[in-house]
Amino acid sequence: MGDLQVKKIILGIISTVAPDADLSNIKGEVRLRDQFDMDSMDFLDIVMELRKRYKIEVPKEEYPQLATLDGCIEYLRPKLEAVAAI
Amino acid sequence: MGMHYDVVIIGAGMSGLAAGIRLAYFGKRVCIVEKHYVYGGLNSYYTLEGRDFDVGLHAVTNYVPPDVRNAPLPRLLRQLRLSREDFDLHPQRFSEVRFPGQRLRFTNDINVLAQEVAERFPQDADNFHRLLEVINQYEDTRSDHPYRSTRQILGDSLNDPLLIEMLLCPIMYYCSAEEHDVDFTQFVTVFKSIFCEGLARPRGGIRTIINALVEKYRSCGGELKMNCGVRCINVAGDRVTSLTLESYETLTAEVVFSSAGYFETMQLCSDVKGDPPPDEVGRVSFVESIVVLDELPANLGHEATIVFFNDAETFTYAVPTDRVDLRSGVICCPGNYEQHQNMPEGLFRLTWLANYDRWASLDEEEYAAAKDSCREKVAQRGAQYIPGFRDRIVYTDMFTPRTIRRFTGRLNGAVYGAPKKLRDGRTRLDNLFVCGTDQGFLGIIGAMLSGVTMANWHLLAKT
Repeated sequence: MGDLQVKKIILGIISTVAPDADLSNIKGEVRLRDQFDMDSMDFLDIVMELRKRYKIEVPKEEYPQLATLDGCIEYLRPKLEAVAAI
Repeated sequence: MGMHYDVVIIGAGMSGLAAGIRLAYFGKRVCIVEKHYVYGGLNSYYTLEGRDFDVGLHAVTNYVPPDVRNAPLPRLLRQLRLSREDFDLHPQRFSEVRFPGQRLRFTNDINVLAQEVAERFPQDADNFHRLLEVINQYEDTRSDHPYRSTRQILGDSLNDPLLIEMLLCPIMYYCSAEEHDVDFTQFVTVFKSIFCEGLARPRGGIRTIINALVEKYRSCGGELKMNCGVRCINVAGDRVTSLTLESYETLTAEVVFSSAGYFETMQLCSDVKGDPPPDEVGRVSFVESIVVLDELPANLGHEATIVFFNDAETFTYAVPTDRVDLRSGVICCPGNYEQHQNMPEGLFRLTWLANYDRWASLDEEEYAAAKDSCREKVAQRGAQYIPGFRDRIVYTDMFTPRTIRRFTGRLNGAVYGAPKKLRDGRTRLDNLFVCGTDQGFLGIIGAMLSGVTMANWHLLAKT
């Protein structure tokens, strides 16, 4: 699965969780919470949407890996590929 | 055996529906059971003689403009996957607190209130700014603050006792289950929601919000049973095992949320005997007259959205010894919100503190007579505040503490529930949680946030 495809999936989730966020200039290495002024409730919702849409479970101790877009892509790619393969 | 659910929610009010949306959206099997045939709970609606009324809506507090992201309203909308348009909120024009010889005007811009305080209470201008800073920095959403008396804190912060009473009056009328005082954490939450954020109203009244919630809940796959009261919450050990409905049907669930009120819920439990402790059950209740006029209030010279008033030497927020206390109250004019000029008739809501026992003990004939006499007194008092009021009345409806008890099941008709709040929603039973009024997030937005927060804490963040 290409970076672009994974990125698209992640942006889709962010735009559901924070519909007023401007994603056109999203930066890969800056914390999503800081870029989009997200609180812990919003962040939890990213995890929840991953479970809802792709049945991907993210254990609490691995939440920090979702902090940035780059982190999300790296962490989620194998999981999304595994889901796509089923 | 009846149906089995992941979660059963008692009550289709603001908090129950909001909790239901979160849980159903994330794939839980949810059923909301509602005793009444209309949604909304304490904030419902009805139609009489062709006119649509809200049960009790004065204002949706917590209003912020669209560019603000980190505030309860936008946070709630994000959590419910709803948009601002769904609630169709329009801000107030201005409101007032009127006490003998003094008045304070406020809008949805806190600077207006600060300016008023500086002009009318110059010796407290700096103190008020310091108080605002304390309020702004206070983390009122934390659930572990101990009780602190607001009167004491305001007494230490401000010089003029009149200013203290005038600040307490709107806060108490819009939130306090406690008489004479209010917990500082609640004070801060409601102060922010009224003065720092602001007041607004959907043009269609509370129906707009309720319909948006019900539609969303259904589209997420949630089930809703109306006319479906709970007869008994069956308990074994530390857990709820099932619910017996009024129809004697049985439902089972992994988890039960109740928005029926804490003591009201406990009274339904199969292992509870006797009455709840009388000194812990809420007692603060109201009488409200909903008066229709043949003229728009603004054309009669009444332009304020809400007026909180007190005529007495000292302001008393307590259950009166008489049926009604006419010394202080609230006048709400729904037509005086922005974009509300298309309302077909003039409408006022006049609210007064009331004594449940004094209304409950009357037989039907006495009750009707008491309502008539109260209606007359309210018309007289209203005329003091609204020019030309009496001659323009075309219709009056009225609720009393008895009405509230009847339609919502709240003990003593206590709309703000019990004074002691269960901020984490936990009860003595492992799988029973309370949301709504007795959890302690108040106001319309607060009630919905209560449902959302309880769903997040006790179910979604866990699994």
